Amino acid sequence: MTHDIIVAMAVRNVKINLLRSILAAIGITIGIISIACMGMLGSNMTASVTESLSAMADKLIVSPYSGKGGGGGPPGMSSGTDNLTKSQYKQIVKIASKYGYVYGVHSIRAKVKKGKDEWNTQVYGLEVSVMKTILNNLTSGGYPSSDNSVLIGAQFAEDNDLKVGSRFTVGGSGVKVSGIVESRGMSMDVNTDNAVIMTKTMYESSFGAKDEYNQVNVVLNDINDADTVTDDIDSQMNRREETVRVQDSSRMVSMISSSVTTITSFATLIASISLLVAAVSIFNIMMMSVTERIREIGILRSIGTQKREILRMFVYEATLIGILGATLGMILSLIMGYFFIHIMIGNTKYFFTYGSLIHLPYAMAVGLIICILSGLYPAWRGAQMDPIEALRAE
Amino acid sequence: MADEVIRLDQITKIYPLLSGDVVALDNVSLSIQNGEFVAIIGPSGSGKSTLLNQLGCLDVPTSGDIFIGGKSITRMNDYELTRLRLMTIGFIFQKFNLLPLLSAYENVEYPYTLKYRKKDTTGRVSKLLSLVGIHEDLARHKPNELSGGQQQRVAIARALVNNPKILLCDEPTGNLDSKTGILVMSILKRLNKKGKTLIIVTHDPAIAAQADRIITIRDGRIAEDGS
Repeated sequence: MTHDIIVAMAVRNVKINLLRSILAAIGITIGIISIACMGMLGSNMTASVTESLSAMADKLIVSPYSGKGGGGGPPGMSSGTDNLTKSQYKQIVKIASKYGYVYGVHSIRAKVKKGKDEWNTQVYGLEVSVMKTILNNLTSGGYPSSDNSVLIGAQFAEDNDLKVGSRFTVGGSGVKVSGIVESRGMSMDVNTDNAVIMTKTMYESSFGAKDEYNQVNVVLNDINDADTVTDDIDSQMNRREETVRVQDSSRMVSMISSSVTTITSFATLIASISLLVAAVSIFNIMMMSVTERIREIGILRSIGTQKREILRMFVYEATLIGILGATLGMILSLIMGYFFIHIMIGNTKYFFTYGSLIHLPYAMAVGLIICILSGLYPAWRGAQMDPIEALRAE
Repeated sequence: MADEVIRLDQITKIYPLLSGDVVALDNVSLSIQNGEFVAIIGPSGSGKSTLLNQLGCLDVPTSGDIFIGGKSITRMNDYELTRLRLMTIGFIFQKFNLLPLLSAYENVEYPYTLKYRKKDTTGRVSKLLSLVGIHEDLARHKPNELSGGQQQRVAIARALVNNPKILLCDEPTGNLDSKTGILVMSILKRLNKKGKTLIIVTHDPAIAAQADRIITIRDGRIAEDGS
């Protein structure tokens, strides 16, 4: 094959100038490592964040409409002044119960006293059956069997040195810890880590608001129903005026995920500058290679080598350098990316997933294409040379 | 004129320069028959090399026409001219011009590979190399490991590999000692006897004297044409 001799000559030339070719390839390698690592870090971070947030992604939170601005503090932390009426609650149950589990939440910030210490903390009032369903992860103890026993969050227990059986007062009433809820992280529905969770009956006798919840949470069976339920509640309850507000937690999760993606894409963009530097170096080396071999080009042309074969020879050279750099880049990206992500994120659970590893061939392809593109102009210059002029060169 | 391989029809070559046009060839007409041994002589700057470039299809004239094997080259594009060089013309240069990346064998095989799109399996390359006295061991060497005479013999083998009608030689013995020069000339003459058209550009009157026909170029014109 004529291709063979052209390829063979390209390979030999790369070998003759091995150090130069390797240095150029290293440029590509560095570029590939930076974009592959950034890409992998991004997808691992997104996966990790999504996982930690997805626990709350299947929830809808219905709260009373608090007027202009639509604000009213973070969800699950309402002040207890705005409540949903009993009929509103019933209506929400009627609309949403076919899509998932619906429960009402009482919440208030109340004074807690232990010994001489006194501070404010979040207090929730939930039916015991709701506790069993929603807070099904106790680190110790059990669910309240009487009205004056409560669950407390893991952080709350640790901070205040409380154990199962410990006693303290909430809003003036003495309570006993019956169980400790495992840490759940930040969530939109109920944030129990730093809270006291009492029975609905005790909450209502301490803080009033009988059957008037601060918020109603819907745990969807199917996350894809979120829009349907939101629309149903909106159309049936906010027809004449805004009475309730529905927050779809999956939207927040996707917002956070997309923010992470944006940040890492930006980082990848910055990393790709190193590929640009590599491209300049390949360009330079290919120009040198063409200039050094003007006479050889003259000989090749005079004995019957076509322009496009000269072009191909130089493009093959650039491609070879690219393949060398890209292969090295891929191997190093795999190793460095693994450790990099281990250090940055703390785990490599998502490292060997499609979304993460796809950045390797992607970065390789970008590196290779850039390499070939930078070799194209020098190759074209070589091919366009006048054979007589080229033969005269020393 | 059935045996005419090259015809130059009133060709003129002008190089436009800032200081004024340089007329390198001025209305040159010439016909070379198949199997002729022609020497082109003339002082430096007379237009010998320009004429050789025209004959070798490396350049086209400013005006006039050149026919190689009956076909006009002035209407050919670069691809066709390159193809013609590959198929019809064998070049032998003063500086040998072997490809430094390739071994002697590969240098000879290279034009064959370009023409037939495959490696030589017929033994032609080896046969040509032994014809010019380059044995197998030597053929594995790179050009810079060979002597001048050996390099020129490899170059002759390369020029012959595609069985061209015309051998164009530019001072083929110019870089060789007299003994090697005689050897190279004897190879070339032998090829001419076998029917190759041999055109040699030279300064050396001793080389020119061996030709059937001597064309003297002076100031871009044919000053003399005879045996």
